[in-house]
Amino acid sequence: MLRHAWLLARKDLLVEFRSRTAILSAVVFTVLVLMVFNFGRDPTAIAAVDLAPSILWVTFTFAAMLALNRAFQLELENQALDGLLLAPISRSSIYLGKVIANLAFVAVVEGVGLPLFALFFNVRITPVLGPLMVVIALATIGFVAVGTLFSAMTSRTRFAELLLPVLLLPFMLPPLIWAVLATAALFAGRPLSEATGWLRLLAAFDIVFVTLAFVLFPATVNE
Amino acid sequence: MKLLKTGRWITAVGLVLLAAVYVRALAFTPVERTQGMAQKIFYLHLPAAIWAEGAMILVGVASIFFLFLKDPRLDRFAEASAEVGLVFCTLVLTTGPIWGKPIWGTWWTWDARLTLTLLLFLMYVGYLLLRGAVTDPGLKARYAAVLGICGMCLVPFVHLSVIMFRTLHPQPIVIKPSAPSLPGEMLETLAFSFLVFTVLWVGFVIQRYGLSLVREQAEPHA
Repeated sequence: MLRHAWLLARKDLLVEFRSRTAILSAVVFTVLVLMVFNFGRDPTAIAAVDLAPSILWVTFTFAAMLALNRAFQLELENQALDGLLLAPISRSSIYLGKVIANLAFVAVVEGVGLPLFALFFNVRITPVLGPLMVVIALATIGFVAVGTLFSAMTSRTRFAELLLPVLLLPFMLPPLIWAVLATAALFAGRPLSEATGWLRLLAAFDIVFVTLAFVLFPATVNE
Repeated sequence: MKLLKTGRWITAVGLVLLAAVYVRALAFTPVERTQGMAQKIFYLHLPAAIWAEGAMILVGVASIFFLFLKDPRLDRFAEASAEVGLVFCTLVLTTGPIWGKPIWGTWWTWDARLTLTLLLFLMYVGYLLLRGAVTDPGLKARYAAVLGICGMCLVPFVHLSVIMFRTLHPQPIVIKPSAPSLPGEMLETLAFSFLVFTVLWVGFVIQRYGLSLVREQAEPHA
């Protein structure tokens, strides 16, 4: 099953790599959101560092949403999804493959976004890079696990691009709140122990929703 | 048709009883010492909140069984429960600020419990939007079930957050591990009100269920 998932993820990433439109758009979008944030605050009243966790997480949320929207759009052309469903692989491995591809996609966007964020807003991320990566990874897994499941459903409805955020954002909000709190604790240089509570919640959220999405995914594609 | 009529009767009884709850709350229940009359809205707020959340759990449970049994009745029930849950959620979000303004001095605050009620409200809206956006009835039921189960699973996280955040919202005084810390008369009024809201919930759900049934008969392919 893992092998099938990996093959599927590789196919998705290969398609992505060949065209590069989506990934480039997502990266440029991230840069633009960061710019918008810079001009969306009064620099004399609010220091960038006070707003930094929010900026980081709102940017990542939007970027993830963009990535997830295209996850199944790809399969709609030429009924590729039907072909995929006819292939002798389990539904769960399709889900897993999509999650891996989406994680890779979002990771690339975040990998470009994070240094730019540090640069633009003059945030010192190097001393807390390790824990920060853990926070980002945990939150991203949660976003992508639920998002991939929902994207499989919304892609086959009318107004897919609009419906996905409406369905997904309520589910992104709890991990987002915890991630922002953990990030704020890290940026403020507070002891790591202050962030562990939030990290534990993020991990619990991931475990529950990855399992749930894994179990529920077949119900969204079975004909 | 019979179902619609039954639902209407139950709702009517519920509404009459609701008036009785308020007669009791206003005339025969002591006035809270610090909050005064504003506290009376609590007899609407809490029962509605319990059912707003309970409805989501019922949507989730019905959805789980639907995915196994593929029984359209379960799907109809989930839809009805979600719609009534949305109404009750709206009631909670309306009565809350009305109480909050005189007591807290603000209509709204980003307190954990308020945020999460709003989240619940948006989840209901999303659930109903998804139902509206899918045309194929089989697909619609399955998609809705998946979302319903996810929604139910989000509720415990919501509660976890409520416990972890320091909050402005009054702490639980009725549903908590130790005995309720409420004067007996207030508790009786509250229990009565909760019973009435249960009757109302049942009445609404039966009506909504009957409506889906009628609609399915009128347009068999929609």
